[in-house]
Amino acid sequence: MTRHRCPGCGYTYDEARGDAHQGFAPGTAWAQIPADWACPDCAVNEKADFEVIRPDDERAGAR
Amino acid sequence: MMLEGATDRYIDRKRWAWALSPIWICMPLMGIGLASITGAGAWNWLTLVVWYVGLPLADLAIGSDANNPPESAVERLDRDPYYRLLTYITVPIHYVILITAAWYAATRPLSASSFVGLTLSVGLISGLAINTGHELGHKKASIERWLAKLVLAIVGYGHFYIEHNRGHHKDVATPEDPASARLGENIYRFVARETPGAWRRAWRSEAVRLARKGKRAWSLHNEVLQPLLVTVVLYAALLAAFGRTMLIFLPLQAAFGWWQLTTANFIEHYGLRRQRTADGRYERCRPEHSWNANHIATNVILFHLQRHSDHHANPTRRYQSLRNFEGLPELPSGYPAMFALSYLPWAWRRVMDRRVIAWAHGDLSKINLAPVLSPKRRADYERIAAAA
Repeated sequence: MTRHRCPGCGYTYDEARGDAHQGFAPGTAWAQIPADWACPDCAVNEKADFEVIRPDDERAGAR
Repeated sequence: MMLEGATDRYIDRKRWAWALSPIWICMPLMGIGLASITGAGAWNWLTLVVWYVGLPLADLAIGSDANNPPESAVERLDRDPYYRLLTYITVPIHYVILITAAWYAATRPLSASSFVGLTLSVGLISGLAINTGHELGHKKASIERWLAKLVLAIVGYGHFYIEHNRGHHKDVATPEDPASARLGENIYRFVARETPGAWRRAWRSEAVRLARKGKRAWSLHNEVLQPLLVTVVLYAALLAAFGRTMLIFLPLQAAFGWWQLTTANFIEHYGLRRQRTADGRYERCRPEHSWNANHIATNVILFHLQRHSDHHANPTRRYQSLRNFEGLPELPSGYPAMFALSYLPWAWRRVMDRRVIAWAHGDLSKINLAPVLSPKRRADYERIAAAA
């Protein structure tokens, strides 16, 4: 299970939690997210622009 | 923290001026009051005169402010409940204005001119309900998102909440965006592309999202239909309460409200275009993909909407924290003067077309250009480009 963060606004997609409002059930893998899907909070960045959050970053905390 | 206190001494000099955003929208009520006291129905035109004449003069007299809050102050500004309170109270104020004006229009013997002046004044303010909904709809808190839908319902434009955030912001400054105007396109052609295009994009976006959730598009889960339902209930109640005058008043004010949004969309990205990158996608939206205006008088009554460059590059940033940048494409005046200018396509082109071409350093291929241009217009652009 990985987490992916929008580099602009900080929205985070967590595979374990999914995103109910967007219609992604818990456990929906990042690979299953459509390629043209844009950040639901800012829409500036699209799937390809998201950054993987590595465990090292966790301690620094999400922005 | 001590360190924070030591570095963050920023004082927002516009802090109290932001209260003018909710105060100024009460202008139609002031017009009604003055018309009642003096007996002169012409006061019902007050809002329009202030917007199209008074505010352009105020922009000229007061000028611009290019100051930015330092990044160290942004978190404190974002947390400060004062700024949020102003956007929240603007929502019920919009309802009070619409309902009071509807009552006045239906119960007083108004001349045709007074009635039109009042209805268009309310329509202009209903258009600014979209501005209020715009600021609220970009935020992550659910109360702000709900207030956005409620205030957009005033003017029957609830689909903006979806269309703007998921459509316009994704496609902005590209030929694919119905809400980004093209160089050489006049506002009367633009509105015919923008208004239906916005509806279609909002509906499609919701249909896709709801399909993923296994829900039907025609359901109460649809965030286009939710605010529309509020509009239907509100307008039906006004019709029931105030009678058939509402059959003219409501559609006319709503149409003029939509027209305000169209005009804002028209001027905000006129001609600007994001370039394709090596992977075939468009480059990410940067501040230079929106026209900016730092004019003080009109920014403080519009929740900083005119700092549009930073807004599109950082859409979740709150109004009090929006920044100016060096080298932005700049509108020569605030929105009210530019709105009036856009209604005269000849005058608009004279002021704006060379600015667009200068922005692209004379490279017409970098511009969001109208696909059909008269040979004369094309020759004009090539001449300006060669000189740029």
